[in-house]
Amino acid sequence: MQARAELLLEIADDELILGWRDSEWTGVAPLLEEDVAFSSIAQNEIGHARALYELAARDLGTSADELAFDRRPEEYRCSELVDRRLPEWERTIARHVLYERADAERLERLKASEDDEVAGLAAKIDREEAYHRLHAEMWHERLKEEPRYRAALEELRPLVDRRDGHSPDLTALWEEMTSVRRSQPAGTTW
Amino acid sequence: MTEAEVWKALAGVPDPEIPVISVVDLGVVRAVRVEDGHVHVEFTPTFLGCPALEAMRSQMAERIAELGAEPEVEVVLDDSWSTDRITPEGREKLRRAGFAPPTPRSPEGPQLVQLQANGFRCPYCGSRETTLENIFGPTPCRSLRYCRDCRQPFEQFKTI
Repeated sequence: MQARAELLLEIADDELILGWRDSEWTGVAPLLEEDVAFSSIAQNEIGHARALYELAARDLGTSADELAFDRRPEEYRCSELVDRRLPEWERTIARHVLYERADAERLERLKASEDDEVAGLAAKIDREEAYHRLHAEMWHERLKEEPRYRAALEELRPLVDRRDGHSPDLTALWEEMTSVRRSQPAGTTW
Repeated sequence: MTEAEVWKALAGVPDPEIPVISVVDLGVVRAVRVEDGHVHVEFTPTFLGCPALEAMRSQMAERIAELGAEPEVEVVLDDSWSTDRITPEGREKLRRAGFAPPTPRSPEGPQLVQLQANGFRCPYCGSRETTLENIFGPTPCRSLRYCRDCRQPFEQFKTI
């Protein structure tokens, strides 16, 4: 696979899977404001994934939907940080903070890329991510002395750069995420 | 057909989520080119996850087709759109509809301390005694604020 498509897929998979994980808080977050916040962040992340898949799809001669939904779970290149189902609020916030910090560094590198398409898309994504970072850092400030939160940060930190394998949680998410698409012949429109 | 005619037609395409404002007011039409019966439009999305994008794109294509030309709407995925591109008319239309228009973009991007400070004007009474309720709102492009003077919650356009 071309190096550019490989890089784009890695980021797109992170954003798609994280978007799904964030959407799991819709309706059940501990505060109404956080129902809205995590739903909105999820929508943004899935929008970023779509734009990244579209660019990768052009390089690979396929479509964004096929890249997002027609690969096997083991083919996803996302970080282990995003594949876990984290039904505890402090672990979700820890992931949010770790992800946004790592993503900010990645976007800075991509914005400096000599590839204008990659640099331009990264700059666009970064404008939206700025609000995710504000939200993550606001929660970090609120929870930073909480032992449960600190333990979650330590537990999850090593997962940020792990992309060689996945937890069984990702397969379960994949089953759910692709079930409608797999239930019908390819190309079905609704 | 002239480019001016195309711009005029596109000025009649509303944002599907905030129909008081058109795609031209929003500043998402970056360029229009007319060549041999083909109309090429460069369209820059607002927020990448905005579900209105597809609707805007197809409505622009429909309006151009109604002019008797072949539409080509190219989606440009770079950072050339910012809320600074919303026209002065567009900002006024937003305010009248109860949405506080975005503040000008600063080079360092949004800062929490600024969002939490006063300075954001209530679209109903004009007071600056407003507080941040939530960075996120009903759509990706909006935050929620509350006016202490007229006691009205309102939606503030995010600056991006």
